Amino acid sequence: MTNRFQIYVLLVAFALLLILPFIGSRYSVELATQILIFGLLATSLNILVGYLGAASFGHAAFFAIGGYACAYFLTTLGWPLVVSMIGAVLLTALASLVIGFFCVRLNEIYFSMLTLAFSMLVWAVALKWKPVTGGDDGFVGVAVPEYLSNYFTFFLFTLGVVTISMIVLMIIGNSTMGRVFIAIRENQTRASFLGVNVRRMRLIAFVIAGTFAGIAGTLLALYVRGMYPETAFWSQSGHILIMVLLGGMHAFIGPFLGASALTLLEVTIGQYTEYWQVFVGVILVIVVLAAPEGIFGLVRSVTKRLGGQKDDDA
Amino acid sequence: MTMLEVENATKIFGGFTAVNKVNLTVAEGETHAIIGPNGAGKTTLFNVVSGLISPETGSVTFRGKKLNKMMPHDIVNVGMARSFQRVNIFPRKTVFENVQVALLVHARLHFNPFRQAAKLFRREGMELLALVNLEDEADRRAGDLAYGRQKQLELAVALAANPKLLLLDEPTAGMSISETKASIALINDIVEKRNLTLLFTEHDMNVVFEIADRISVLHHGEIIATGIPDEVRNNEEVKRIYLGKE
Repeated sequence: MTNRFQIYVLLVAFALLLILPFIGSRYSVELATQILIFGLLATSLNILVGYLGAASFGHAAFFAIGGYACAYFLTTLGWPLVVSMIGAVLLTALASLVIGFFCVRLNEIYFSMLTLAFSMLVWAVALKWKPVTGGDDGFVGVAVPEYLSNYFTFFLFTLGVVTISMIVLMIIGNSTMGRVFIAIRENQTRASFLGVNVRRMRLIAFVIAGTFAGIAGTLLALYVRGMYPETAFWSQSGHILIMVLLGGMHAFIGPFLGASALTLLEVTIGQYTEYWQVFVGVILVIVVLAAPEGIFGLVRSVTKRLGGQKDDDA
Repeated sequence: MTMLEVENATKIFGGFTAVNKVNLTVAEGETHAIIGPNGAGKTTLFNVVSGLISPETGSVTFRGKKLNKMMPHDIVNVGMARSFQRVNIFPRKTVFENVQVALLVHARLHFNPFRQAAKLFRREGMELLALVNLEDEADRRAGDLAYGRQKQLELAVALAANPKLLLLDEPTAGMSISETKASIALINDIVEKRNLTLLFTEHDMNVVFEIADRISVLHHGEIIATGIPDEVRNNEEVKRIYLGKE
Protein backbone atom coordinates (compact mmCIF):
# COMPACT_ATOMS: atom_id res chain seq x y z
CA MET A 1 0.00 0.00 0.00
CA THR A 2 2.95 2.29 -0.19
CA ASN A 3 3.57 4.96 -2.69
CA ARG A 4 5.32 8.27 -2.96
CA PHE A 5 2.11 10.09 -3.74
CA GLN A 6 0.65 9.28 -0.32
CA ILE A 7 3.79 10.40 1.48
CA TYR A 8 3.70 13.73 -0.40
CA VAL A 9 0.07 14.24 0.56
CA LEU A 10 0.92 13.56 4.20
CA LEU A 11 3.90 15.93 4.13
CA VAL A 12 1.85 18.75 2.61
CA ALA A 13 -0.94 18.15 5.11
CA PHE A 14 1.56 18.20 7.97
CA ALA A 15 3.12 21.47 6.77
CA LEU A 16 -0.27 23.13 6.40
CA LEU A 17 -1.37 21.95 9.83
CA LEU A 18 1.87 23.18 11.36
CA ILE A 19 1.24 26.76 10.24
CA LEU A 20 -2.52 26.67 10.84
CA PRO A 21 -2.45 27.78 14.53
CA PHE A 22 -0.37 30.83 13.58
CA ILE A 23 -2.73 32.03 10.87
CA GLY A 24 -6.09 30.35 11.51
CA SER A 25 -8.96 31.25 13.81
CA ARG A 26 -9.55 29.51 17.09
CA TYR A 27 -12.51 27.75 15.50
CA SER A 28 -10.47 26.34 12.62
CA VAL A 29 -7.71 25.15 14.96
CA GLU A 30 -10.21 23.34 17.18
CA LEU A 31 -11.81 21.78 14.13
CA ALA A 32 -8.39 20.64 12.93
CA THR A 33 -7.72 19.12 16.37
CA GLN A 34 -10.90 17.11 16.08
CA ILE A 35 -9.99 15.96 12.55
CA LEU A 36 -6.56 14.82 13.72
CA ILE A 37 -8.07 12.73 16.52
CA PHE A 38 -10.65 11.09 14.28
CA GLY A 39 -8.13 10.71 11.46
CA LEU A 40 -5.90 8.65 13.73
CA LEU A 41 -8.91 6.67 14.97
CA ALA A 42 -10.05 5.84 11.42
CA THR A 43 -6.51 4.89 10.36
CA SER A 44 -6.24 2.52 13.33
CA LEU A 45 -9.50 0.83 12.31
CA ASN A 46 -8.18 0.45 8.79
CA ILE A 47 -5.50 -1.98 10.01
CA LEU A 48 -8.45 -4.31 10.53
CA VAL A 49 -10.75 -3.29 7.68
CA GLY A 50 -8.32 -2.44 4.90
CA TYR A 51 -5.26 -4.55 5.64
CA LEU A 52 -6.61 -7.61 7.42
CA GLY A 53 -10.04 -7.59 5.78
CA ALA A 54 -12.02 -7.85 9.02
CA ALA A 55 -14.80 -5.29 9.49
CA SER A 56 -14.99 -4.43 13.18
CA PHE A 57 -18.29 -2.89 14.24
CA GLY A 58 -17.02 -2.21 17.73
CA HIS A 59 -13.90 -0.14 17.31
CA ALA A 60 -15.32 2.71 19.37
CA ALA A 61 -14.92 0.50 22.45
CA PHE A 62 -11.15 1.01 22.40
CA PHE A 63 -11.51 4.72 21.69
CA ALA A 64 -13.67 4.95 24.82
CA ILE A 65 -11.48 2.73 27.00
CA GLY A 66 -8.43 4.86 26.15
CA GLY A 67 -10.36 8.04 26.88
CA TYR A 68 -11.96 6.95 30.15
CA ALA A 69 -8.72 5.44 31.43
CA CYS A 70 -6.77 8.60 30.66
CA ALA A 71 -9.45 10.76 32.31
CA TYR A 72 -9.49 8.52 35.39
CA PHE A 73 -5.71 8.30 35.79
CA LEU A 74 -5.22 12.02 35.25
CA THR A 75 -8.14 13.33 37.29
CA THR A 76 -9.19 10.77 39.91
CA LEU A 77 -5.74 9.34 40.59
CA GLY A 78 -3.86 12.55 39.86
CA TRP A 79 -1.13 10.89 37.80
CA PRO A 80 1.09 13.05 35.58
CA LEU A 81 -0.05 13.46 31.97
CA VAL A 82 2.53 11.24 30.28
CA VAL A 83 2.05 8.44 32.81
CA SER A 84 -1.72 8.69 32.46
CA MET A 85 -1.59 8.52 28.70
CA ILE A 86 0.86 5.62 28.56
CA GLY A 87 -1.11 3.79 31.25
CA ALA A 88 -4.35 4.33 29.36
CA VAL A 89 -2.84 3.08 26.10
CA LEU A 90 -1.40 -0.01 27.81
CA LEU A 91 -4.78 -0.71 29.37
CA THR A 92 -6.44 -0.38 25.96
CA ALA A 93 -3.89 -2.77 24.47
CA LEU A 94 -4.71 -5.27 27.21
CA ALA A 95 -8.45 -4.84 26.65
CA SER A 96 -8.05 -5.39 22.91
CA LEU A 97 -5.99 -8.50 23.60
CA VAL A 98 -8.76 -9.96 25.77
CA ILE A 99 -11.63 -8.93 23.48
CA GLY A 100 -9.64 -9.84 20.38
CA PHE A 101 -8.89 -13.30 21.78
CA PHE A 102 -12.57 -14.14 21.37
CA CYS A 103 -13.37 -12.09 18.26
CA VAL A 104 -10.61 -13.36 15.97
CA ARG A 105 -11.98 -16.88 16.30
CA LEU A 106 -14.82 -15.82 14.06
CA ASN A 107 -14.90 -14.62 10.48
CA GLU A 108 -16.86 -12.12 8.44
CA ILE A 109 -20.30 -11.19 9.78
CA TYR A 110 -19.81 -13.27 12.94
CA PHE A 111 -16.61 -11.38 13.69
CA SER A 112 -18.41 -8.08 13.12
CA MET A 113 -21.31 -9.06 15.39
CA LEU A 114 -19.03 -10.15 18.20
CA THR A 115 -17.03 -6.91 18.08
CA LEU A 116 -20.35 -5.07 18.19
CA ALA A 117 -21.46 -7.08 21.22
CA PHE A 118 -18.23 -6.39 23.10
CA SER A 119 -18.43 -2.68 22.36
CA MET A 120 -21.96 -2.56 23.74
CA LEU A 121 -20.62 -4.29 26.84
CA VAL A 122 -18.03 -1.54 27.19
CA TRP A 123 -20.78 1.03 26.67
CA ALA A 124 -22.87 -0.59 29.41
CA VAL A 125 -19.93 -0.52 31.80
CA ALA A 126 -19.33 3.17 31.02
CA LEU A 127 -23.00 3.84 31.71
CA LYS A 128 -23.32 1.87 34.94
CA TRP A 129 -19.93 2.03 36.68
CA LYS A 130 -20.70 5.42 38.16
CA PRO A 131 -17.88 5.77 40.71
CA VAL A 132 -15.27 5.47 37.96
CA THR A 133 -16.93 6.68 34.77
CA GLY A 134 -19.50 9.13 36.06
CA GLY A 135 -22.24 7.04 34.51
CA ASP A 136 -24.93 8.72 32.47
CA ASP A 137 -23.63 12.22 33.23
CA GLY A 138 -20.24 11.33 31.88
CA PHE A 139 -16.78 11.92 33.29
CA VAL A 140 -16.70 15.69 33.50
CA GLY A 141 -13.84 18.01 34.30
CA VAL A 142 -10.76 16.12 33.16
CA ALA A 143 -7.74 17.69 34.83
CA VAL A 144 -5.90 18.85 31.75
CA PRO A 145 -2.46 20.24 32.70
CA GLU A 146 -2.03 24.00 32.53
CA TYR A 147 0.35 23.96 29.57
CA LEU A 148 -2.21 22.13 27.41
CA SER A 149 -5.21 24.12 28.50
CA ASN A 150 -5.30 26.56 25.60
CA TYR A 151 -6.36 25.56 22.11
CA PHE A 152 -3.04 26.59 20.59
CA THR A 153 -0.69 24.35 22.59
CA PHE A 154 -3.20 21.53 22.68
CA PHE A 155 -3.37 21.54 18.90
CA LEU A 156 0.41 21.30 18.59
CA PHE A 157 0.46 18.53 21.18
CA THR A 158 -2.22 16.62 19.28
CA LEU A 159 -0.42 17.18 15.99
CA GLY A 160 2.75 15.71 17.51
CA VAL A 161 1.08 12.63 18.98
CA VAL A 162 -0.99 11.95 15.85
CA THR A 163 1.98 12.44 13.52
CA ILE A 164 4.15 10.00 15.43
CA SER A 165 1.27 7.49 15.60
CA MET A 166 0.60 7.83 11.87
CA ILE A 167 4.27 7.27 11.04
CA VAL A 168 4.33 4.12 13.17
CA LEU A 169 1.10 2.88 11.57
CA MET A 170 2.49 3.53 8.10
CA ILE A 171 5.67 1.61 8.94
CA ILE A 172 3.55 -1.29 10.21
CA GLY A 173 1.36 -1.14 7.11
CA ASN A 174 4.34 -1.38 4.78
CA SER A 175 6.18 -3.96 6.87
CA THR A 176 6.48 -7.67 6.29
CA MET A 177 3.79 -8.05 8.96
CA GLY A 178 1.52 -5.70 6.99
CA ARG A 179 2.06 -7.79 3.87
CA VAL A 180 0.92 -10.88 5.69
CA PHE A 181 -2.20 -9.05 6.95
CA ILE A 182 -3.00 -8.30 3.30
CA ALA A 183 -2.30 -11.90 2.33
CA ILE A 184 -4.84 -13.02 4.95
CA ARG A 185 -7.37 -10.54 3.55
CA GLU A 186 -6.82 -11.84 0.03
CA ASN A 187 -6.87 -15.56 0.74
CA GLN A 188 -6.95 -17.01 4.22
CA THR A 189 -6.49 -20.62 3.15
CA ARG A 190 -3.45 -19.86 1.02
CA ALA A 191 -2.00 -17.72 3.82
CA SER A 192 -2.24 -20.61 6.26
CA PHE A 193 -0.61 -22.91 3.71
CA LEU A 194 2.30 -20.49 3.49
CA GLY A 195 2.89 -21.29 7.14
CA VAL A 196 1.00 -18.42 8.76
CA ASN A 197 -0.91 -18.95 11.98
CA VAL A 198 -3.86 -16.91 10.73
CA ARG A 199 -5.63 -16.62 14.06
CA ARG A 200 -2.54 -15.34 15.81
CA MET A 201 -1.90 -12.75 13.08
CA ARG A 202 -5.50 -11.61 13.30
CA LEU A 203 -5.10 -11.14 17.04
CA ILE A 204 -1.91 -9.11 16.55
CA ALA A 205 -3.71 -6.85 14.06
CA PHE A 206 -6.62 -6.50 16.46
CA VAL A 207 -4.33 -5.40 19.30
CA ILE A 208 -2.46 -2.92 17.08
CA ALA A 209 -5.74 -1.40 15.90
CA GLY A 210 -7.16 -1.25 19.44
CA THR A 211 -4.00 0.28 20.88
CA PHE A 212 -3.91 3.15 18.39
CA ALA A 213 -7.63 3.75 18.91
CA GLY A 214 -6.73 4.03 22.59
CA ILE A 215 -4.19 6.76 21.79
CA ALA A 216 -6.89 8.64 19.89
CA GLY A 217 -9.16 8.15 22.91
CA THR A 218 -6.70 9.75 25.33
CA LEU A 219 -6.52 12.79 23.04
CA LEU A 220 -10.32 12.96 22.92
CA ALA A 221 -10.58 12.99 26.71
CA LEU A 222 -8.12 15.88 26.88
CA TYR A 223 -9.76 17.75 24.01
CA VAL A 224 -13.33 17.49 25.29
CA ARG A 225 -12.18 17.56 28.93
CA GLY A 226 -14.71 14.85 29.55
CA MET A 227 -15.81 11.39 28.45
CA TYR A 228 -19.35 10.22 27.75
CA PRO A 229 -20.84 6.74 27.31
CA GLU A 230 -21.93 7.55 23.72
CA THR A 231 -18.26 7.35 22.74
CA ALA A 232 -18.53 3.57 23.03
CA PHE A 233 -21.99 3.32 21.48
CA TRP A 234 -22.40 1.26 18.31
CA SER A 235 -23.30 4.32 16.24
CA GLN A 236 -19.86 5.74 17.03
CA SER A 237 -18.27 2.55 15.67
CA GLY A 238 -20.38 2.94 12.55
CA HIS A 239 -19.22 6.52 12.26
CA ILE A 240 -15.56 5.43 12.19
CA LEU A 241 -16.35 2.70 9.68
CA ILE A 242 -18.02 5.28 7.42
CA MET A 243 -14.87 7.43 7.58
CA VAL A 244 -12.82 4.45 6.42
CA LEU A 245 -15.18 3.62 3.55
CA LEU A 246 -15.60 7.25 2.52
CA GLY A 247 -11.86 7.88 2.30
CA GLY A 248 -10.86 4.54 0.80
CA MET A 249 -9.75 1.51 2.75
CA HIS A 250 -7.13 0.27 0.29
CA ALA A 251 -4.80 3.21 0.76
CA PHE A 252 -2.98 4.16 3.92
CA ILE A 253 -4.16 7.79 3.90
CA GLY A 254 -7.70 6.98 2.75
CA PRO A 255 -9.28 6.76 6.22
CA PHE A 256 -7.62 10.02 7.28
CA LEU A 257 -9.09 11.73 4.22
CA GLY A 258 -12.44 10.16 5.07
CA ALA A 259 -12.30 11.43 8.64
CA SER A 260 -11.47 14.94 7.42
CA ALA A 261 -14.20 14.91 4.78
CA LEU A 262 -16.91 13.57 7.07
CA THR A 263 -16.06 15.96 9.89
CA LEU A 264 -16.02 18.97 7.55
CA LEU A 265 -19.26 17.84 5.87
CA GLU A 266 -21.03 17.51 9.19
CA VAL A 267 -19.89 20.91 10.35
CA THR A 268 -20.60 22.76 7.10
CA ILE A 269 -23.97 21.25 6.36
CA GLY A 270 -24.83 21.46 10.03
CA GLN A 271 -24.60 25.25 9.78
CA TYR A 272 -27.45 25.37 7.29
CA THR A 273 -29.85 22.71 8.43
CA GLU A 274 -30.54 20.55 11.43
CA TYR A 275 -31.24 17.69 9.03
CA TRP A 276 -27.57 17.55 8.00
CA GLN A 277 -27.50 13.77 8.47
CA VAL A 278 -29.83 13.37 5.49
CA PHE A 279 -27.42 15.24 3.23
CA VAL A 280 -24.40 13.41 4.58
CA GLY A 281 -26.26 10.17 3.93
CA VAL A 282 -26.98 11.10 0.33
CA ILE A 283 -23.35 12.07 -0.26
CA LEU A 284 -22.25 8.73 1.22
CA VAL A 285 -24.54 6.77 -1.06
CA ILE A 286 -23.15 8.64 -4.07
CA VAL A 287 -19.55 8.03 -3.01
CA VAL A 288 -20.09 4.33 -2.36
CA LEU A 289 -21.81 3.85 -5.72
CA ALA A 290 -19.60 6.12 -7.83
CA ALA A 291 -16.25 5.61 -6.11
CA PRO A 292 -16.04 2.28 -4.34
CA GLU A 293 -12.39 2.97 -3.52
CA GLY A 294 -13.44 6.18 -1.74
CA ILE A 295 -12.08 9.70 -2.01
CA PHE A 296 -8.53 8.43 -2.30
CA GLY A 297 -9.46 6.17 -5.20
CA LEU A 298 -11.12 9.12 -6.91
CA VAL A 299 -8.13 11.42 -6.39
CA ARG A 300 -5.78 8.70 -7.52
CA SER A 301 -7.57 8.02 -10.78
CA VAL A 302 -7.64 11.74 -11.57
CA THR A 303 -3.93 12.27 -10.85
CA LYS A 304 -3.08 9.12 -12.76
CA ARG A 305 -4.94 10.41 -15.79
CA LEU A 306 -3.15 13.74 -15.53
CA GLY A 307 0.31 12.47 -14.75
CA GLY A 308 0.21 9.05 -16.37
CA GLN A 309 2.21 7.60 -13.49
CA LYS A 310 2.41 3.98 -12.62
CA ASP A 311 0.23 2.93 -9.75
CA ASP A 312 1.96 0.81 -7.17
CA ASP A 313 -0.44 0.78 -4.29
CA ALA A 314 -3.05 -1.62 -2.87
CA MET B 1 13.75 -43.60 4.67
CA THR B 2 9.99 -43.10 4.96
CA MET B 3 8.92 -39.55 4.24
CA LEU B 4 5.20 -39.87 4.79
CA GLU B 5 3.14 -42.58 6.38
CA VAL B 6 -0.64 -42.59 6.54
CA GLU B 7 -2.02 -45.29 8.82
CA ASN B 8 -5.58 -46.47 8.87
CA ALA B 9 -7.03 -43.03 8.08
CA THR B 10 -10.81 -42.71 7.91
CA LYS B 11 -12.80 -39.57 7.19
CA ILE B 12 -16.59 -39.52 7.26
CA PHE B 13 -18.73 -36.61 6.03
CA GLY B 14 -22.24 -36.92 7.43
CA GLY B 15 -22.45 -40.68 7.02
CA PHE B 16 -20.50 -40.78 3.77
CA THR B 17 -17.13 -42.42 4.15
CA ALA B 18 -14.87 -40.34 1.90
CA VAL B 19 -11.64 -42.01 2.99
CA ASN B 20 -11.78 -45.51 4.42
CA LYS B 21 -8.94 -47.10 6.42
CA VAL B 22 -6.29 -45.81 4.09
CA ASN B 23 -2.70 -46.88 4.49
CA LEU B 24 -0.11 -45.14 2.40
CA THR B 25 3.67 -44.93 2.54
CA VAL B 26 5.80 -42.53 0.55
CA ALA B 27 9.57 -43.00 0.63
CA GLU B 28 12.04 -40.12 0.53
CA GLY B 29 12.75 -39.02 -3.03
CA GLU B 30 9.83 -40.95 -4.42
CA THR B 31 7.30 -39.61 -6.91
CA HIS B 32 4.04 -41.14 -5.83
CA ALA B 33 0.75 -40.77 -7.69
CA ILE B 34 -2.75 -41.30 -6.38
CA ILE B 35 -5.23 -42.11 -9.09
CA GLY B 36 -8.89 -42.84 -8.95
CA PRO B 37 -12.16 -41.79 -10.52
CA ASN B 38 -13.95 -38.61 -9.51
CA GLY B 39 -15.26 -38.87 -5.98
CA ALA B 40 -12.77 -41.56 -5.02
CA GLY B 41 -11.54 -39.45 -2.11
CA LYS B 42 -8.26 -38.17 -3.52
CA THR B 43 -8.72 -34.57 -2.43
CA THR B 44 -10.08 -35.62 0.97
CA LEU B 45 -6.98 -37.73 1.50
CA PHE B 46 -4.84 -34.71 0.58
CA ASN B 47 -6.76 -32.52 2.99
CA VAL B 48 -6.19 -35.05 5.76
CA VAL B 49 -2.47 -35.25 5.02
CA SER B 50 -2.03 -31.46 4.88
CA GLY B 51 -4.01 -30.75 8.06
CA LEU B 52 -6.96 -28.97 6.46
CA ILE B 53 -9.33 -31.55 7.95
CA SER B 54 -8.69 -34.02 10.72
CA PRO B 55 -9.57 -37.68 10.25
CA GLU B 56 -11.97 -39.64 12.47
CA THR B 57 -9.38 -42.33 13.02
CA GLY B 58 -5.84 -43.06 12.00
CA SER B 59 -2.67 -41.03 11.92
CA VAL B 60 -0.33 -39.23 9.60
CA THR B 61 3.41 -39.43 10.27
CA PHE B 62 5.81 -37.13 8.47
CA ARG B 63 9.57 -37.75 8.77
CA GLY B 64 8.98 -39.67 11.98
CA LYS B 65 6.72 -37.01 13.48
CA LYS B 66 3.01 -37.53 14.17
CA LEU B 67 0.93 -34.73 12.65
CA ASN B 68 -2.29 -35.40 14.55
CA LYS B 69 -4.24 -32.23 15.42
CA MET B 70 -1.71 -30.06 13.63
CA MET B 71 -2.98 -27.01 11.77
CA PRO B 72 -1.96 -26.37 8.14
CA HIS B 73 0.58 -23.72 9.15
CA ASP B 74 2.31 -26.16 11.51
CA ILE B 75 2.46 -28.75 8.77
CA VAL B 76 4.00 -26.28 6.32
CA ASN B 77 6.57 -25.40 8.95
CA VAL B 78 7.71 -29.02 9.32
CA GLY B 79 8.38 -29.23 5.58
CA MET B 80 5.27 -30.01 3.57
CA ALA B 81 3.73 -27.68 0.96
CA ARG B 82 0.73 -28.16 -1.28
CA SER B 83 -1.22 -26.89 -4.22
CA PHE B 84 -4.96 -27.15 -4.72
CA GLN B 85 -7.07 -28.67 -7.45
CA ARG B 86 -8.63 -25.27 -8.05
CA VAL B 87 -5.96 -22.59 -8.19
CA ASN B 88 -5.36 -21.05 -4.79
CA ILE B 89 -3.21 -17.93 -5.01
CA PHE B 90 -3.55 -14.20 -4.21
CA PRO B 91 -5.30 -13.19 -7.44
CA ARG B 92 -5.34 -9.42 -6.85
CA LYS B 93 -1.63 -9.19 -6.07
CA THR B 94 1.12 -9.26 -8.66
CA VAL B 95 2.87 -12.46 -9.62
CA PHE B 96 6.00 -11.29 -7.82
CA GLU B 97 4.10 -10.29 -4.68
CA ASN B 98 2.64 -13.78 -4.53
CA VAL B 99 6.04 -15.41 -4.21
CA GLN B 100 7.45 -12.54 -2.13
CA VAL B 101 4.91 -12.97 0.66
CA ALA B 102 5.51 -16.72 0.61
CA LEU B 103 9.26 -16.14 0.97
CA LEU B 104 8.91 -13.68 3.81
CA VAL B 105 6.64 -16.02 5.72
CA HIS B 106 9.19 -18.79 5.20
CA ALA B 107 11.83 -16.42 6.65
CA ARG B 108 9.47 -15.94 9.66
CA LEU B 109 9.31 -12.19 8.98
CA HIS B 110 5.56 -12.01 9.48
CA PHE B 111 6.04 -11.20 13.15
CA ASN B 112 8.17 -8.17 12.28
CA PRO B 113 6.11 -4.96 12.14
CA PHE B 114 9.07 -2.70 11.27
CA ARG B 115 10.98 -4.44 8.46
CA GLN B 116 9.87 -2.70 5.26
CA ALA B 117 8.72 -5.26 2.74
CA ALA B 118 8.87 -3.52 -0.63
CA LYS B 119 12.43 -4.38 -1.63
CA LEU B 120 12.78 -7.74 0.08
CA PHE B 121 13.47 -11.02 -1.71
CA ARG B 122 13.78 -9.50 -5.21
CA ARG B 123 16.45 -11.98 -6.28
CA GLU B 124 14.99 -15.04 -4.56
CA GLY B 125 11.52 -14.25 -5.86
CA MET B 126 12.71 -13.84 -9.44
CA GLU B 127 14.66 -17.09 -9.17
CA LEU B 128 11.52 -18.91 -8.11
CA LEU B 129 9.55 -17.36 -10.94
CA ALA B 130 12.29 -18.31 -13.39
CA LEU B 131 12.00 -21.89 -12.16
CA VAL B 132 8.38 -22.00 -13.35
CA ASN B 133 9.01 -19.79 -16.42
CA LEU B 134 7.07 -16.83 -15.06
CA GLU B 135 9.88 -14.29 -14.74
CA ASP B 136 8.47 -12.19 -17.59
CA GLU B 137 5.09 -11.95 -15.88
CA ALA B 138 6.39 -10.70 -12.52
CA ASP B 139 4.48 -7.41 -12.53
CA ARG B 140 1.17 -8.71 -13.82
CA ARG B 141 -1.82 -9.25 -11.60
CA ALA B 142 -1.81 -12.95 -10.76
CA GLY B 143 -5.52 -13.29 -11.46
CA ASP B 144 -4.98 -12.05 -15.03
CA LEU B 145 -2.69 -14.93 -15.97
CA ALA B 146 -3.96 -17.81 -18.07
CA TYR B 147 -5.21 -20.67 -15.90
CA GLY B 148 -2.28 -22.95 -16.61
CA ARG B 149 0.16 -20.21 -15.66
CA GLN B 150 -1.72 -19.56 -12.42
CA LYS B 151 -1.12 -23.20 -11.56
CA GLN B 152 2.58 -22.69 -12.24
CA LEU B 153 2.54 -19.66 -9.96
CA GLU B 154 0.91 -21.72 -7.24
CA LEU B 155 3.71 -24.23 -7.65
CA ALA B 156 6.28 -21.44 -7.19
CA VAL B 157 4.41 -20.22 -4.09
CA ALA B 158 4.47 -23.73 -2.65
CA LEU B 159 8.18 -24.07 -3.42
CA ALA B 160 8.94 -20.82 -1.57
CA ALA B 161 8.43 -22.72 1.69
CA ASN B 162 11.35 -24.93 0.65
CA PRO B 163 9.40 -28.12 1.34
CA LYS B 164 10.76 -31.65 1.59
CA LEU B 165 7.45 -33.09 0.48
CA LEU B 166 5.34 -31.46 -2.20
CA LEU B 167 1.63 -32.29 -2.47
CA LEU B 168 0.05 -31.42 -5.79
CA ASP B 169 -3.67 -31.95 -6.14
CA GLU B 170 -4.42 -32.51 -9.84
CA PRO B 171 -1.59 -30.27 -11.09
CA THR B 172 -2.85 -30.45 -14.68
CA ALA B 173 -6.60 -30.15 -14.08
CA GLY B 174 -8.17 -27.82 -16.63
CA MET B 175 -5.14 -27.80 -18.92
CA SER B 176 -4.97 -28.60 -22.61
CA ILE B 177 -2.95 -31.63 -23.76
CA SER B 178 0.07 -29.52 -24.72
CA GLU B 179 -0.11 -27.51 -21.49
CA THR B 180 -0.33 -30.75 -19.54
CA LYS B 181 2.78 -32.13 -21.21
CA ALA B 182 4.79 -28.96 -20.60
CA SER B 183 3.56 -28.74 -17.05
CA ILE B 184 4.45 -32.33 -16.22
CA ALA B 185 7.91 -31.94 -17.73
CA LEU B 186 8.37 -28.83 -15.60
CA ILE B 187 7.21 -30.52 -12.39
CA ASN B 188 9.42 -33.52 -13.06
CA ASP B 189 12.36 -31.24 -13.69
CA ILE B 190 11.83 -29.25 -10.48
CA VAL B 191 11.39 -32.38 -8.40
CA GLU B 192 14.72 -33.68 -9.65
CA LYS B 193 16.55 -30.36 -9.33
CA ARG B 194 15.35 -29.75 -5.80
CA ASN B 195 15.49 -33.36 -4.72
CA LEU B 196 11.84 -33.32 -3.64
CA THR B 197 9.49 -36.05 -2.64
CA LEU B 198 6.28 -35.66 -4.62
CA LEU B 199 2.80 -36.93 -3.86
CA PHE B 200 0.23 -35.97 -6.47
CA THR B 201 -3.23 -36.86 -7.66
CA GLU B 202 -3.99 -37.05 -11.32
CA HIS B 203 -6.74 -38.09 -13.67
CA ASP B 204 -4.63 -38.28 -16.84
CA MET B 205 -3.26 -41.85 -16.95
CA ASN B 206 -0.47 -41.12 -19.43
CA VAL B 207 0.93 -38.46 -17.15
CA VAL B 208 0.89 -40.78 -14.19
CA PHE B 209 2.64 -43.69 -15.86
CA GLU B 210 5.22 -41.32 -17.30
CA ILE B 211 6.57 -39.77 -14.11
CA ALA B 212 5.39 -41.77 -11.09
CA ASP B 213 7.76 -44.17 -9.32
CA ARG B 214 4.82 -45.72 -7.53
CA ILE B 215 1.07 -45.47 -7.90
CA SER B 216 -1.79 -45.99 -5.46
CA VAL B 217 -5.30 -46.52 -6.76
CA LEU B 218 -8.12 -45.08 -4.69
CA HIS B 219 -11.66 -46.36 -5.19
CA HIS B 220 -14.66 -45.49 -3.01
CA GLY B 221 -12.25 -44.14 -0.42
CA GLU B 222 -10.16 -47.30 -0.23
CA ILE B 223 -6.73 -48.03 -1.63
CA ILE B 224 -7.19 -51.10 -3.81
CA ALA B 225 -3.69 -51.35 -5.23
CA THR B 226 -0.23 -49.86 -4.70
CA GLY B 227 2.89 -50.55 -6.69
CA ILE B 228 5.17 -49.59 -9.54
CA PRO B 229 3.35 -48.48 -12.72
CA ASP B 230 3.56 -51.89 -14.42
CA GLU B 231 2.14 -53.71 -11.43
CA VAL B 232 -0.77 -51.33 -11.24
CA ARG B 233 -1.37 -51.44 -14.97
CA ASN B 234 -1.61 -55.23 -14.87
CA ASN B 235 -3.62 -55.48 -11.67
CA GLU B 236 -6.87 -57.28 -12.53
CA GLU B 237 -9.03 -55.33 -10.09
CA VAL B 238 -7.67 -51.98 -11.26
CA LYS B 239 -8.29 -52.97 -14.87
CA ARG B 240 -11.84 -53.93 -14.08
CA ILE B 241 -12.95 -50.86 -12.15
CA TYR B 242 -10.78 -48.09 -13.43
CA LEU B 243 -8.80 -48.80 -16.53
CA GLY B 244 -11.66 -50.88 -17.89
CA LYS B 245 -11.81 -49.45 -21.32
CA GLU B 246 -8.08 -49.58 -22.07
